[in-house]
Order: sequence, then C-alpha cells, then structure tokens
Amino acid sequence: MRTTIVSLLAVLLGLLAGALLMLFIGSNPIEGYSYLLQGGLKNIERIGNTLATATPIIFTGLSVAFAFRTGLFNIGASGQMLIGGLVATGIGLTLDLPKGILLLVMVLGGLLGGALWAFIPGLLKARFNVHEVVSTIMMNWIAYWTVYYVVPGYFKGEFLETESRKLPESASLKVPFLSELFAGSYVNLGLFIAVIAVIIVAFIINKTTLGYELKAVGFNRYAAEYAGMQVNRNIILSMLISGGLAGLGGVALYTGNANTIQIGILPTQGFDGIAVALLGANSPIGVFFAAVFFGLLYSGTGFMNAMTEIPPEIANTIIAIIIYFAATSVLIERLIAKGKKKRSKEDTTGPVVKKGEL
Amino acid sequence: MWTVIEQIFPYAIIFTIPLLITALGGLFSERSGIVNIGLEGLMIIGAFSGALSIYYLQGIMPNNQLALWIGLLVAAIAGILFSLLHAFASINLSANQIISGTAINLIAAALTVFLARNITGSGNIRILSGFKPIDIPILSQIPVIGDLFFTKTYPTTWFILAVLLISTFALYKTKFGLRLRSCGEYPQAAEAAGVNVRRVRYTGVIISGAFSGLGGALIIVTYAGEFTGTVSGLGFLALASLIFGQWKPFGVLGATFFFGFASTIANVSQVIPELSAFPPIILKIFPYVVTLIALVIFSKSSQAPKAAGETFDSGKR
Repeated sequence: MRTTIVSLLAVLLGLLAGALLMLFIGSNPIEGYSYLLQGGLKNIERIGNTLATATPIIFTGLSVAFAFRTGLFNIGASGQMLIGGLVATGIGLTLDLPKGILLLVMVLGGLLGGALWAFIPGLLKARFNVHEVVSTIMMNWIAYWTVYYVVPGYFKGEFLETESRKLPESASLKVPFLSELFAGSYVNLGLFIAVIAVIIVAFIINKTTLGYELKAVGFNRYAAEYAGMQVNRNIILSMLISGGLAGLGGVALYTGNANTIQIGILPTQGFDGIAVALLGANSPIGVFFAAVFFGLLYSGTGFMNAMTEIPPEIANTIIAIIIYFAATSVLIERLIAKGKKKRSKEDTTGPVVKKGEL
Repeated sequence: MWTVIEQIFPYAIIFTIPLLITALGGLFSERSGIVNIGLEGLMIIGAFSGALSIYYLQGIMPNNQLALWIGLLVAAIAGILFSLLHAFASINLSANQIISGTAINLIAAALTVFLARNITGSGNIRILSGFKPIDIPILSQIPVIGDLFFTKTYPTTWFILAVLLISTFALYKTKFGLRLRSCGEYPQAAEAAGVNVRRVRYTGVIISGAFSGLGGALIIVTYAGEFTGTVSGLGFLALASLIFGQWKPFGVLGATFFFGFASTIANVSQVIPELSAFPPIILKIFPYVVTLIALVIFSKSSQAPKAAGETFDSGKR
C-alpha cells in the first residue's frame, strides 16, 4: 500500500514538473495534457497503439524487476532486446514455415538470444564478481555494433542500408483479427505474450521455490549461502530469465510494432524498463500498469505535438523526473510519516531506510 | 606502420581528452564514496549548455576564442548544478545511487533535447567554429615526440593534462585528498576523526559534475562542432575507464588513452590499408570486450573504494 502511494505521488510530481516545463516554454499545460490524453485514448485505434507502445516496456520492466529481486541491476535490457530482435528477425527472414510455427520459433529464438546476452554478465558476476552494471553496459555496446554490421551484411533492406528487409506477413506478430478489432492499430500478439509473461513471472516470484531462493539471494546473499542455497547458480539463472524477458521485448518491438530492425539505435525501452520496474515496485502487476502509463505518455505525445507547440520529448522528460522522485522516495515517505505524526501526535520512528544497493 | 600511428595519434588524443576529464570527475565522486553512473547525463548537460552559450556568444563576438573558453566554463557550472540533484538524492535522501544516476542520465537526455527543440526547432545546436588544431612551434620539430604530441594539438588538451596533474597532487598530497579518500574507504572512521563526511561527498560529486560537464563541452569545441542530444555512450565508457584504471589518476589516463586509441583505429580502419584487413565489427567491439576481460582480471585485486555506493550511516561501525 505504501509503495503504491509513493509511486502515485512520484507520478503526480512528475506530471507537475511537466506542467511547469510547458508553462516555461509558453504553452498551456491543461491544454497540453488534454491533447496528450486524447492522443492516447481518443478512439479504439489509439487505445490499441497505446497498448502496443506499452508492450516492449512491459517486457523490459519485467526483466529489470526480476533481476532486481535477486539483487542484480540489469542495465543491459537494451542490448538484450537488440539481440532478441535480431535473432527473431533473422529467423523470420530465413525460414519458410507456416505462420503459427514460424512465430513460435521466432519467439523462442528471441528469448534465447536475450538470455544468452544476459548469461555472460551473469556468469562474470557469479564466477568473478564482476559488477553487472558495468558488464551489461559493455554488452549493450557489443550488441549495438553486432546489429550495426550483421543487419546490412546479411539482411539488408531493398532501399535503405540502415535497416533490414521488411518481414513478410507470415513472420509478423501482427494478426488480422487484432488489427481489425482495434480499427487498424499496430497492436499485435506481443501484447498477449506480455500478459502471459506477467502471469508467469508473478507465479515464479511468489509461488515457487526458485522464486523464494532468488528473493533470498537478493535480500542477503550471505544468509542465503549459509542456508545452503546455490547463490552463484541463482545469480546466473536470474540473469538468464531477465535477459530472456528483455529478448522477448525485442521480438515484440521489431517483429510486432515494427517489421524491420534498424541499425544505430539502442532501444530506449531498455532504459524505460528500469523506470517501470522502479515505479511498479518490482511487482509484475505494478510493472504492467506502469508500462501502460508510459505507453500512454509516449503514444499521446504525437497528437499533442501536432496540436500544440510542445515538443514530443516532454514524455521522456516527465518519465525521467518521475524516476528521480521514485528514487528519492524517502522524501515522500518522510512527508507521509510527518503527516501521520501530526495527526496522531504519537512518537513514530522514522521510515526504515534501505541501505544502498552497491 | 609507424606512419599510420603518427597519422592517427593526434586524433586518438582528441578523442581521449573528453573521456579523461569525465573519468577523472568520476574518480573524485567514487573516491568520496558516491557511485556516479550519471556521468553520461552530466556530459550531455555540458555539451548542451556549452554549445548553447557558444552559439549565442559567437553571435556577439565572432572570431573570438574567448567565447569557447566561456562556453567551457558555463558547461562546468551547469554540470555542477545538475550533479547537485545526484548529490542530494544519494547523500541526504539515501537513494539508491545507481537509480539516482540513471535518473540523471534520463533527465539530461530528455530535457536537453526538449529545450534544444524549442530553441532551434531541430533539436541540434551547431556552433560557428571550434578550436583550431595547431602545431606548437619548436617542440613540434623534435623527432618522434614532436610528431606524436605537439602537432595538430588543441590548447584544451594541455589544459586538461594540467588538471590531471593538479588532481593527482590534490588527491595524494593534500589534506583534502586524504579526507576524500577516507570517506570512500571508511566513512565512519573519517567522521570519528572529525571529518564532515556529507560535505566531503558533496565536494566529490560536485567535482564530478564540473569535470563531466567540461568533458561534454570539449566534444563540441574539438571534434563534433554540434550538439545532437547524445554523447554516444562516452560517459559509460568513462565509467569503464575508471574501473579499468583502478580508481587512480594515471591508471585512468592509461585506460582512457587505450579507449581513445582503439576507437580512433576503428573509425579510420577503412581508409588505412594496413587495418582494412580486420573486419570493422571486430575493431568496434574490441574496447568493450577488452574491458570485460580486464574486469575479470582485476576482479581479484579490485582497488575500488570500499564504501562506494553505500549510504553513509554514522551509527554503523
């Protein structure tokens, strides 16, 4: 309950800061936000697009949150997305199979690609105690350059050097019944896979021995070790699952929302994943709602930008400010505690301050 | 091969300097006990504010190098102001320093493009002219060394090297340096000895802000000439250099030069016959792979400040 309040207050403060920025550049924030809401929710197609925009972020949010539960900071979701998307695109452009089977192979390929990319930092952490923040950042750039040379080398587009060939209809997560249901939106099967992933991850974390062990390692790896848990194996496993989830995010982004993979871009959804995990308090359901909220901000800004003078980068700015407030949640918690103190006039002890992560 | 090295050496140095000063900033922050992965964002802030102020100043005083130096100063100040966000979050509010740093990165990237878009319409800010590389008279005539170090050199290069020397001196030979390092190793002991840990840590983060801001602006006034909303991961590379260089000023110098040299080789490999035999992808990922290997090698004997990343709790002994 408390974490929900903190998240909502962080969102509120972020939106407030966004409003101040709009005022600063001489625009009307009420008008801006109303166009933003309309842009994301006005009709069934826009709602579909909002959900589609949210889909990769649900995956990366789950990815970061899952690793976080084990005390690992996976900052490499972007790279894992790239590799997952590259593998899925490669399969989609190479294999000639019926749509259902092809999609299954692509999704599995993307999952494995992302998992493999996260396996390396996981292994380095478990075996050599190399800090995963630095190693995943390095892996991001290795993925960036891999895509940069593999796509033009093997899957070059007909007209553009900078992107892959377009995926055929049979290799796209877009399916006619969904597109029709949402009046031509680019919402796709990725959303369904994301919802399934939310449920599975919630089940693993809350109901299985594995989930319990992972959380135990996250709380205190020495205590977990003392209790007989295989800490190193759990660290690697956690990174594998986390990377697999991010890889699926890449599949959703490049073979669902888009039908090509572009070079020279580290997908920002990887970093949004950190934000979403934080805002969703590392719970799968929380991640889902936070991601949909981000999807709304992103998909609404296009319309807002068309109707007003406010640049679309306001969405990123608001999100970044929300993260800052979520990170400094102690401030909010102190305010809540102060409020309670005033009301009850009882001497309450301060909020428990968590020790730094590193 | 020697002519190749002679040719690319000046470019390698140009590329090294922004990395060096940023990593040096990170060194001050981490030595004081605050992990700062917001270096990338602070560089972007520096690049933005530097480009913006130079853009306006060059309108008022064309063909005057003073505009560039003022731009660098503005960038350092902007870096300081922005780094205060990180300092406040991680020192006063016990925030997770990695998350706070990530927030700094995200805010910087989004806010600068947002503002630049409002100012120029395109989100890019181009300055009229940057520093011109010059051959230093007499010294550039010295065989070997002259060609490597004193031809096509920028005044900023020498300025940053001076900062490196002063920083090393400050870190190891002054009371301030001793206090800074002790706050990163064992802050409770430092506090018991009468050191104001929080103030020292603020100083460390502020220095990292000033240096990274400077680093970002140096990209604009030397090789880039334009703010485009990103510094292409140089801040993260600076962070890697810091670890690679084992949190020591001259280690950092060596690590950043390695990255500068490796990146330059990768960038020019296509036009140099001796290098075109290597596939470009190998040259591009080389620095990152080497960093991973170096991390493995150093993991046993890491010289990391012991309290870096930990919230200071004066009750903990």
